Amino acid sequence: MIRTLPRSTAYTTGFKIFIILYFTFLFAPLLVTMVLAFNDSMFPSLPWNGFTLDWFFGNGPKKYGIFHDSINLRAIYNSFRVAIGVTILSTIVGTMAAFLFEQEDFKFKNLLYFLMIAPMVIPGVILGISILMFSNAVGTFFDKTFGWNIKLFDPGIWLVILGQFSFITTIVALLVIARLKKFDRTLEEAAYNLGAKRWEVIWFITLKYLRPSIIGGAAVAFLMSFENFNTTLFLVGPDATLPITLYLQVRDGSTPVINAIAFLLIVTTSTIALINLYASRKIEE
Amino acid sequence: MKIALSVKNVSKYFGDFKAVDNVSFDVEDGKFFSILGPSGSGKTTLLRMIAGFYEPSSGKIEIRGEDMAGVEPNKRPVNLVFQNLALFPMMNVFENIAFGLKRRGERGKIVKDKVEAMLERVGLPGFGNRKIGQLSGGQKQRVAIARALVLEPSVLLLDEPLGALDAKLREHMKVELKKLQLKVGTTFVYITHDQSEAMVMSDYVAVMHAGRFEQLDTPQNLYNRPASSFVAQFVGNNNKFTVKVIKDERGNFYAATDYGLKLKLEGKFDIEQDNTYEMYIRPESIIINPHDDLDKLNIIEVDVKAILFDGGNSRILVVPKGTDNEIVVMLPQNRKYDYLRPSDALKIGWYPSVSVCFKGIGERAYEEIK
Amino acid sequence: MKRSSKLKVRWGFIIFFTPVFLWLMLLIVLPHIELLRMSFIGTDFYGKSGFTLENYGGFFKEPIYWRTFARTAIYSILVTFIVLVIALPVAFYITKLAKPKAQGFFTVLLLIPFWVSELIRIYGWIILLRESGVINFVLLKLHLIKQPYEMLYHDATMIMGLVYTSMLFMVVPIMGVMESLDNALIEAAYDLGAKKLAIWRKIIIPYCTPGIMSGSIIVFMLVLGSYLTPKLMGGKNALWFTEQIYNQIIIYFNWNQGAAFGFLLLLMSSIIIFIALKLTKQEFTKVIK
Repeated sequence: MIRTLPRSTAYTTGFKIFIILYFTFLFAPLLVTMVLAFNDSMFPSLPWNGFTLDWFFGNGPKKYGIFHDSINLRAIYNSFRVAIGVTILSTIVGTMAAFLFEQEDFKFKNLLYFLMIAPMVIPGVILGISILMFSNAVGTFFDKTFGWNIKLFDPGIWLVILGQFSFITTIVALLVIARLKKFDRTLEEAAYNLGAKRWEVIWFITLKYLRPSIIGGAAVAFLMSFENFNTTLFLVGPDATLPITLYLQVRDGSTPVINAIAFLLIVTTSTIALINLYASRKIEE
Repeated sequence: MKIALSVKNVSKYFGDFKAVDNVSFDVEDGKFFSILGPSGSGKTTLLRMIAGFYEPSSGKIEIRGEDMAGVEPNKRPVNLVFQNLALFPMMNVFENIAFGLKRRGERGKIVKDKVEAMLERVGLPGFGNRKIGQLSGGQKQRVAIARALVLEPSVLLLDEPLGALDAKLREHMKVELKKLQLKVGTTFVYITHDQSEAMVMSDYVAVMHAGRFEQLDTPQNLYNRPASSFVAQFVGNNNKFTVKVIKDERGNFYAATDYGLKLKLEGKFDIEQDNTYEMYIRPESIIINPHDDLDKLNIIEVDVKAILFDGGNSRILVVPKGTDNEIVVMLPQNRKYDYLRPSDALKIGWYPSVSVCFKGIGERAYEEIK
Repeated sequence: MKRSSKLKVRWGFIIFFTPVFLWLMLLIVLPHIELLRMSFIGTDFYGKSGFTLENYGGFFKEPIYWRTFARTAIYSILVTFIVLVIALPVAFYITKLAKPKAQGFFTVLLLIPFWVSELIRIYGWIILLRESGVINFVLLKLHLIKQPYEMLYHDATMIMGLVYTSMLFMVVPIMGVMESLDNALIEAAYDLGAKKLAIWRKIIIPYCTPGIMSGSIIVFMLVLGSYLTPKLMGGKNALWFTEQIYNQIIIYFNWNQGAAFGFLLLLMSSIIIFIALKLTKQEFTKVIK
């Protein structure tokens, strides 16, 4: 049944085959995508026409690699801007939410907590359209009442940041709360007892303790923002983010330059994820 | 002697629950004062009020004559050694001990000198760079005490700091802690549920039960002259007999058990309304096979029920002939009674002066003692 | 003195409370109220707008709308169930059967694909499955088939894609609870004569219910609200409800209809989650962690 109990060979072998199939299923599309980034062909498909780096560095006339593809480069730049904005905002507010729900007591705390985890079960599409409609209503209101045309309320990079922030903050908060729950509050009491002020306690003790989860939360926020599609779709203005640009290319068919982008994304995100994982393991020890 | 800590009529309620019920005591400067009680007796609540983590519901706490009402925990001249020690795992030993000094605004060499002197004092010289996780239980203990002592508090509060250690180390640390207190001369207020810790280290011990002090006295008096039924049971070991006290024509008092024993008592007893008493005799006060001609003794015939071998703490379990009321008797250390086997017949005896009696159950004796 | 200390605590509270409150009010509560309001507004023949139930009426009158709606709901439940059936043995193998050293490796391996954007993962499947795709190419070369076969744009393919993209959100919470399941419980059951099936039914599944529920809720939500996978892998005539919303808002620019659809989707998901929580006697705030 489990490691420590006797098992039949059929049982063990069956399980092993199942797991191998599962991981094949998991990795096949990614590996194929990555490999085809180096195929010297105009289409992301077989046959294999030889190895090339053109889909990375090619500069025309037939093949434009990613580093010469201004539309996709622009989209990557936009995604970076959004992701950095979302990461900063979500990490700060998410950490504050963790402190609020773990360390403070107030009326309607349960209601507010319920509201905070609600974004986890609101489809991203709905978040997108509701924020779009609300910002439109507010924008119209300012326009009609004061004659102000505030850009913040039009679809665009700021609205994308706010839209992603609205649910990514929940995830950061839940990650920080999970660690804060394990925090031994007598450490704070001990610091008070040794003469520390409230902010000194938070700075020297609690935040130090939370640091791994805050860094982890920031990494998760960055990755989630970078790859978000559903919410962004409705809020995006002229500055399209990478997933939006890629979507149009995938839908309408494109050259293996997408494979090159995918290759870079898979390698980068896996590296960030691995570093994050390794670092959090280190801290746990 | 100056009074370091004065607690006056302090009570603490949590809703309807009285955690601490009108407790008063003074601790003189430089004394080792223990509060001994079972868990749930309110001793931690009392300590947290002194440290400032709880406000008393009523009453007053003074430290060095200064009223502590409304003074935040980070402004009080007391420091606390926590039950789980609460050493900061993200800092090394040096940073832990320097934490309080730095919060006071002390910097540089002064901090370094003070921390190093303190480490020397607690017997951990050169441990400054160690991580908390690299220390043994006893070393953590000393760092926690050093971290509090380095701030030179008027009173050092200790909340069962030996609780987490294993038995052998605890025995050792008891002695260490007492020596340390004598060396630094700081007033210690120590709470524990372990009567041996309290007895070994303290100048005075308060026995706390259900939010109140049952008795406040020296360890010797707590042991020899318990003021209440609770203290008699909680401090040391005791055999308990429920008896009726009677008086003969010559004015001598006797305790009568319901299975027909008549035992001599010393002192005067109030038997007008109710003569039911609880009588206590310590296992170590009972003599095995006393000389028959010692007529002052209470002597009864018993059967051995079991031998409870425990090295230097070996005892036998006996029952008076024809009953099943168990009495524990301490065995002397000279192996004289090695031959004893279950169901052997034996005589045991004790001087009337070693037995103590309390009327009813849960008698409150604290007010009389003060 | 006592009051001043109270006041200090409140300061900390205000600093923490204000941004959190603003976030939830401005980006969650008010937008959803606006969504609800918009769904009840219609423009009449003369271009005057006012209260109407037309947007909801339209949904029930037009079969394509409510059929898509029902299809989305049923398929979402089906996908959640399939994901659960696959995730349980995977989580069990990694936490209870694999060698302790391999456990960490498997966990990392499991996580990596899910850090990659959904779009890239779907793209990978497209180049594998389409008519000119890698699988067809290999099968043709091996002479197993004579004609390339279009494997995309079937419901089955779409379901597989949805299972693939949401898998992790089931495996991770279940692994979380399974890890905390004391092996001694399974050993004790075995020792008392329980068979494998009985151990699963009486020990493992009941113990893992909180993890199963939180995984199921997240997977269900992701699938229900999914846009990319049905759009890129599903059949041309088989719409997903999110596409209806997208069409109304972006293509027809009928925000009121779109709002009504959005609200209906939200309502349906809330009801299904509520029923699932009641059936398994779990609490929402305990399950989402």
